[in-house]
Formats: sequence, C-alpha cells, structure tokens
Amino acid sequence: MIQSENLVLEHPEQKNSISKEQLLELKRQMNSKALAKRRARTGLRVTANFVLAFVVLLPLLYAVSIAFMPSGELFTMDLNLVPKNPTFSNFKDAMTNVPLLRFILNSFIMAGCITLGQIVTCSLAAFAFSFLDFKGKGVLFMIVMATMMVPGEATIISNYLTVGNLGMLDTYSVLIVPYLTSAMGIFLFRQFYMTFPISLYESAKLDGCGNLRFIVRILIPLTKSAIGAMAVYTFINAWNMYMWPLLVTGSDQMRTVQIGISMLNSIDSQSITLMIAGVVIVIIPSISIFIVGQKQLIRGMFSGAVKG
Amino acid sequence: MNTGKKKKINLAPYGYLLPCMAVFAVFLFYPFFKTIYLSLYKTNKMGEAKLFVGLGNYTELLSSASFRNSLKVTLIFVVIVVLGSMLLGLIAAVLCNKAFPGIRFFSTAYALPMAIASSSAAMIFQIMLHPSVGIVNKLLGLDINWLNDPKTALYCVAILTAWLNSGINFLYFSAGLGNIDETIYERASVDGASGVQQFFTLTLPGLSPIMFYTLVVNIIQAFQSFGQIKILTEGGPNESTNVIVYSIYRDAFFNYRFGSAAAQSVILFFIVMLITLVMFRIEKKGVKYS
Repeated sequence: MIQSENLVLEHPEQKNSISKEQLLELKRQMNSKALAKRRARTGLRVTANFVLAFVVLLPLLYAVSIAFMPSGELFTMDLNLVPKNPTFSNFKDAMTNVPLLRFILNSFIMAGCITLGQIVTCSLAAFAFSFLDFKGKGVLFMIVMATMMVPGEATIISNYLTVGNLGMLDTYSVLIVPYLTSAMGIFLFRQFYMTFPISLYESAKLDGCGNLRFIVRILIPLTKSAIGAMAVYTFINAWNMYMWPLLVTGSDQMRTVQIGISMLNSIDSQSITLMIAGVVIVIIPSISIFIVGQKQLIRGMFSGAVKG
Repeated sequence: MNTGKKKKINLAPYGYLLPCMAVFAVFLFYPFFKTIYLSLYKTNKMGEAKLFVGLGNYTELLSSASFRNSLKVTLIFVVIVVLGSMLLGLIAAVLCNKAFPGIRFFSTAYALPMAIASSSAAMIFQIMLHPSVGIVNKLLGLDINWLNDPKTALYCVAILTAWLNSGINFLYFSAGLGNIDETIYERASVDGASGVQQFFTLTLPGLSPIMFYTLVVNIIQAFQSFGQIKILTEGGPNESTNVIVYSIYRDAFFNYRFGSAAAQSVILFFIVMLITLVMFRIEKKGVKYS
C-alpha cells in the first residue's frame, strides 16, 4: 500500500526556460541564503562550544570561585556561584596551615629531575635503537615495548618492598629513580630518529664526530619538538603522580603537593574554602605548563605518530 | 659461519641502553617477577615470603565475595569511564573540527583536564558533591549524599575519572579528524548526505584507527585509577567503589597481606593483557586503514 502511494508522488515542477536576469537574481538569492546558512551554522557551533566548554570547565571555575570566598559565605542555602566579598585570606591560610611551599618545591624537584632524566635516558636508548647495529637489537626493542603492557600497580608492591629494604624511603631519590625512563619516550624519540637518513650519522662519523657528540650536537637540536612534547607530558604526569609518593614519603620534608593538599582535607570541615584555595595553588603550575606547552605537545606527539 | 676468527663484539651500543635497561630491570622486570613469586606465598608483615601456598591466594580470592565484588565494581567503573571520556572527547573534537572564532580558547579548555591531578580533581568534586554546600545539589534542588550512598558513589567517581581522561582523548580525536581528507565531505554534500549521515558514514570510519588506539589506552588507564577513589570514598560505602587497585592498596598497606595483594596484581595484569590482546584481534577485522 505504502509503495503504491509513493509511486503517485511526482515532481510537480516543470522545467521552463529562464531569462538571464532571472538567473542572476536567483544566483544572488542563493548566495545570500548560503551565507546566512553558513553564519547560522557558525553561530550554532560557537553556542554549542560555549555550553560544552562551560560544562568541562565548571569544576575549575567552581574551585576558583570557592577559593576566593570567605568561609562564612559558603554555608548558605542560596545558590552562591560567585563570591560576594572576594578575599585572598584562604590562599594565605592554606600556605600557613601546611608547608605548601615546601611541597611545591619537592614536586618541582621531583618532576624536574624525572623529566630531565627521561629525556637523557630515552634519547640515548632511542639513538642506539635507530642508528647502531648490535646483536639482540630487535629482541631488546620488543622487551622495551612490552613494558608498556605492565600496569604500574602490578609492580608497586614489590617496588615498595625493594626501596624499603634499600633504606630509600622518604628521600628524593625514591621519588625520582624508578621513573627515570619510559618506554613511551624511547618509542617517541625513535619514531623521530627513524625519519633521519642513516647517511646523516655515517657522514658525521666520517668527519670524526663521536656518538655522544652526534647526539648532543645534531640529534637533540633536530628533535626539539619531540623533546618539548615529551617534557610537557612527563612533567605534568610526574607533578600529578599520587600513589607512589603516597606510599614512599612520610615526612613533611619530602611530601609532594598532591599528597600535601590531601592533608588540608583532613583538618576540619569548616576549612573547605582553605582546602580549595590550596588545590587552586597546586593546579596553577601544571595548568600553566600545559597552556604554554600545548602547541609543542600536540606537534610532537601527533605529527605522523597518529596516521594509520 | 663460525670460521674460528672471532669478531670482536662492540659493547658501545649496549652502553647507550644501559641507563634505561638498568631502571627497567630494577623497577619493572624484577618487581614484576617478584610480584608473581609473592603471589604464591603467605607473607609476614615485612612482606617476606614465609609459607608456600601455591595457588592458594588465588583460590582464596576467587571464592571471596569481597574480591568478586571488586571485579564487578571495576568492570562497571571501567565501562562508564571509557564510554564517558571517549564520548566527551569525541563531541568536543567534532565541535572544534572546523575553524571558527575562539577555537583556540575552546581547544585549550577541552584538553585542560589532562593537566589536572586526580587528587586535586577529587577534592574539587568532593565539595561539588557536598550534601549541603555542594553546587550539584543546589543546582538540581536535591538532597542526596552522593558519595555516601552505595547507589551513587561509584557513578560519581566514574564520572570524575571520565572528565579527567577526556582531555587527552580530545587531542587524539582532533588529530584523527585532522587526518580525514576534507574532500570526501564535499563530495558527500554534493550527493546530498546530511550532517548526521556524514558523521556516521564518513567521520566515524575515518576515525577508526585512532579510535581503536584511544580505546585501548583508555581501558588500561581506567583500570589504574586510584587517587580519586582513595580521596573520595576509600572504597566505600559498603565496598561499592572498591575497585581492584584500591583493594590491592588496602590489602597490602592496611592488612599487610602482601601475598594476597600480589595475587590481585597478577590477576589485574592478566585482565588488562587479555583485553588488549582480544582488542588487537578484533582490530584486524574491524578497523579500516585508508
């Protein structure tokens, strides 16, 4: 039945001959219609972005708002999105209630050393994997790649027992040394090094350039974007590390920010504004580094690496 | 081959691998095998293997209601986190696919969660979900104790984790969309395909290689979530958020049952490996590379 109904529908229009003026008029109309349509689409796109970005950023905006709120203002039944009498006192109190500056310093030392160390060890290893020939190269590379499959939680207990037996607990080295290399970094650098012709290495060698000098003088300057990406990514991840620092640090002298701010959590429920101010303070470094290094990160991580 | 003249082995290449291999050896290979070894023993409080029990720890775990609950909770958690974070990343990437005024601001906003620590995010969500002063109850006009109710706590930590993981997914999907040839859309438009049709017939298949990679990474990452659960719920209420990683932490560092915790680590490792392998199997069939 439905089919037969459909068959009845036919185009009612008949093609007539159109004069030139009519044609131009039609073109103008279509153009303005298309422009309006495009404008409407862009408008819709911007609106949709505003809504989604607001949802995504809501937790952060909320945190900033609470951090500036006097604690009395928080405890009302009204919807209090913006502080009526913004104050800096929460930030000051957060700094004095726990040694937040010390935690920040610790995190900077830890994340900085991890980042630097990973760049060094990963460049060296990637250099060997891309330019040198040696026995077991393929197997060793497979082994390195296989480490990516092992979740950190599968090793964390034994690692904790190891460093405990070595008497390394509560030191900077226990925070840093286990993270001094990464399979992902080796893989990323190797991807970049493989794009260079082997003749680059051979001619440098003929000119009497040693391997280490080749790495420092030629490879590193040529792979700045990969190093930048790796640095941003590693630093942020190290800064945000939680489980390992929680297990291996015990004193205020060694605690990192992520563990330190959870100490603000346990003081008392009246100090919510103070705690959030502390959270905002420790978020600032990682967000700043992310915003500054974002372009670098995207270029280094995704150029070529993503293509199927 | 061997003519008696021994070629001198050049040790230099191994020297360049030494720093990274040393770290891997001490902090990855050794602990990995030690974890397997410990999982076959009952340990003392110092974590020393004392009594060989074979697969005893494993059979004990598999017959314990608490561990089976952990498996179930982990599964639900991972599914919500992976779906949520990929969907959010995908929608954001599609919205930022074409140039428009303000695109740089929005791109930064969508990627931003990747820069935020699980602990910081957890503390912010704790206040947002606070029963009396939290913004969620105020906006919705509800009076729910989100994190203390076994029915809602798991969803809360899962949504928080999805939010955290969505940032890097946005970057992956944006890169994937950038690799799709623009001209296929033009041709489709001429053929009269609607935006929705184009999304399902062109965009999604074009994204499938990066989609697959993102899926694998997301699943592995979701299994490892810890900080937010430690801070927000400590596995509770009523073990409703006691994912495997938290259960490992609790068994090892509160109950000092290192053997049982090690066995859980091994089980976690096998689950992750199995899922990865199965996914690579499926990939061979389903993913279209252009």
